[in-house]
Amino acid sequence: MRFFKNIVTLLAVFSLAFLSGTSLVQAKDTLKIGSFLAVTGPASFLGDPELKTLQMYIEEINAKGGINGHKIEFVHYDTKGKAKEAKNFVNRLIKKDKVDVIIGGTTSGNSLAVIDIVEKAKVPFISLAGSIKIVEPVKKWVFKTPHTDKMAAEKIFADMKKRGIKKAALITGNGGFDKSGRAQCLALAPKYGIEIVADEKYGNADTDMTTQLTKIRATDAQAIINFGFGKAPAIVAKNIKQLGIKLPVYESHGVASKKFIELAGDAANGIRLPAAALIVADQLPADDPQKKVLLAYKKKYEAKYGPVSTFGGHAYDALFITVEAVKRAGTIDRAKIRDEIEKTHGFVGTGGIFNMSPTDHLGLNLDAFKMIEIQNGNWKLLY
Amino acid sequence: MDQLLQFLISGLTVGSIYALVALGFSIIYNASDVVNFAQGEFVMIGAMSAIFLMKAGLSYPFAALLAIAITAGVGLALEKFAIEPAKNATVVSTIIITIGASIFLRGAALLIWGKEIYGLPPFTSNNPIKIGNATILPQNLWVMMGTAVTVLAVKYFFDRTRMGKAILACSYNKKAAYLVGIDVKKMLLVAYGLSAALGSAAGLLVTPITFMSYGAGVMLGLKGFCAAILGGMGNSMGAVLGGILLGIVETVGAGFISSGYKDAIAFFVILLVLFVKPSGILGKGETERV
Repeated sequence: MRFFKNIVTLLAVFSLAFLSGTSLVQAKDTLKIGSFLAVTGPASFLGDPELKTLQMYIEEINAKGGINGHKIEFVHYDTKGKAKEAKNFVNRLIKKDKVDVIIGGTTSGNSLAVIDIVEKAKVPFISLAGSIKIVEPVKKWVFKTPHTDKMAAEKIFADMKKRGIKKAALITGNGGFDKSGRAQCLALAPKYGIEIVADEKYGNADTDMTTQLTKIRATDAQAIINFGFGKAPAIVAKNIKQLGIKLPVYESHGVASKKFIELAGDAANGIRLPAAALIVADQLPADDPQKKVLLAYKKKYEAKYGPVSTFGGHAYDALFITVEAVKRAGTIDRAKIRDEIEKTHGFVGTGGIFNMSPTDHLGLNLDAFKMIEIQNGNWKLLY
Repeated sequence: MDQLLQFLISGLTVGSIYALVALGFSIIYNASDVVNFAQGEFVMIGAMSAIFLMKAGLSYPFAALLAIAITAGVGLALEKFAIEPAKNATVVSTIIITIGASIFLRGAALLIWGKEIYGLPPFTSNNPIKIGNATILPQNLWVMMGTAVTVLAVKYFFDRTRMGKAILACSYNKKAAYLVGIDVKKMLLVAYGLSAALGSAAGLLVTPITFMSYGAGVMLGLKGFCAAILGGMGNSMGAVLGGILLGIVETVGAGFISSGYKDAIAFFVILLVLFVKPSGILGKGETERV
C-alpha cells in the first residue's frame, strides 16, 4: 500500500515537472542572502550603488531560475553607516532571518564591528569594505572583495620608484579612510626606499589647504601623496595649482570617480592614482580577461541607474563569488559554501582576478589595481 | 618669511569666508536676540539653487539673483511658519526651533538635490595672483570684497535707516517698540528674509572655492557662529574681526605648530577670549535694567 502511495506521489511530481518544466527545480531550498549596507548617511555613495547592484543581479539570477535551481531570497537592512546598527542587523540576519550568506558592511568600521558575531555563528561573510584588517589576520568565515589601502599605497610607491622619486610629502584628511591610508603609507615607504619628508593633515570639511601645502613646498619633497575622498582632494588639487607647485601628485583610489575631475577642473590634469579597472574599461586591451566582465556590468548598471562606480563593482564580485561557490558546493550548507568561497580561483570580477586561499581571503594582487593618470579631464590607463 | 606671508594670506581668505557667514547671524540676532542655527543652511540653499538653476540653462548672473530670491523666500517661510506661531516662546526655545529648521532644510535639500558635491565656476579668471612668493585666487578677492560691501551695508542699515533702527528697537524691547508704532511682526519677517538673502550671497561667493553639498552648511554655519561669538554677537564689525582672526589663528597655528591640531588651536583661542571677555571682542557688555 505504501509502495503504491509512493508511486502515485512520484508520478504526480513527474507529471507536474513535465507540465511546468521547472517545478522540480523550484522544489529546492532557497538560498538566503542577507545584507547590511550604508545606503543612507555619510557613506551612502558607497552603499547606494552596492545595494542597487545586488538587487539588480539577484533579480536577474532568479528570473533565470536561480543557482542550480536554488532561488535567492534577499534580506536587506540599512545601517546608515553606524557600527552599532550594523551589529544589531547582523544579529537579526543570523538569528531571525536565518540567512545562509552575508554580503555587506559598506564601511571598514561596520565590517570590523560584526566579525566576532559571524565567526561565532559560523556564517560566511563577504565584506565590501576597504581595510586590510578585515582579512588580516585571516578569520575563518570572513572574506572581502575591495582592494585595500595597503595595495593602493604599494602601487603608488612602486610607481614612484619607477620615476626615481625618493622623497615624498604626505597630506591626508581626518576621516577613517584617510587615517588608515596614511598609516599604510608611513609603514610601507621604507620598503620602497622612499622617505616621507612631510606629514600634513586637514579636516575633511575644510575650505582651504594652502597652509599645509606651503609647508610641503618648503621641504625637499619630490612628490605629493594625498589620501582622501569627497571634496577635500579636489580642494588640495586646486590649491597645489594655485601655489604653483610643480611636483608630481598622487591621489588614492578614493577619488576614482568623475566627480573629482569635475570639481578639480584643469587642476586635476597630471594627477596619478591607482584604481580598479572599471573606470578605464574601454581602454583595456581587447585580450584583457576583465574587459568583457567590466563592460557588461557597466552597460547593465548604466542602463538602469546611471553612471557606474567601482563601489557597486565590489558588490558584484561578492555576489558572483558566492554564486560560483554555491554552484560548486551543490548545496546551500553554510560550511560547504564557506569552503568553496575559500577555493575561489581565477574568478574574473570587476575588481580583478580573484585567487583566494586559506591564507588569503581577498585573493587580489597588485595587478588588480591599474595606474591611471588624468589627462585632458579624462582617465588615461598607464599600465 | 615667505611662508608667513602665505599663511597670513591663506588665513585672510579662509577668515573672510567665515566673516561672510558670521554676518548673516547678526541681523536676526539684532532683531530678536535669537541665534539662527539655520544660517548655514541658507548659505547652502543659496549655492545649491544657483547650481541647479544654471544646470537648467539659466545664465550665471540671472541664476545667482534668482537663487538669492529663492533663499529669501525660504527665510520668510521659516519665520512665517515656524517662528511666528511660537511668538510667546523664550529665546532658548526659539533657538531650538531654528536647530529643528536647519535639520528640516538639510533633509529637504537632500531629497531635492541629492548627496552629490557640486561647484560653481569662479566669477572671473582662475589664475592665481602673485604677491611676492605667496599667491591668492581672484575669487578670494571677490569674497573679501563681498565681505567688505556686506559689512558696510549691514552697518548702514542698522545705524542709518528707519527700518534698521526699528528692527533694533524690537530686540531691545518688543512691547515698547509695538507701543511706538513699530510693526514687530513685520520687522521679524524682514529680518529673516534679509538674513537668508545675505546667507545665500555668501554661498554664491564661497562655492567656487569650497564646493557645496546638502550637508556643507553645517560646518560653514558652525565656523561662522564661532566667528560671530568671537567678535561679539550682533556687531557686524565684530563678525568680520572674529572671522578673520579665526582664519588667521587656524592657518598660523596649522603652519607653525601642527596641521593636525588646527581646529583645537582655534577653539582654544576662542575659549581664551571668552574667558576674558564673554561678550566677544567688540561685544557690548550685558546691561540688564531692573
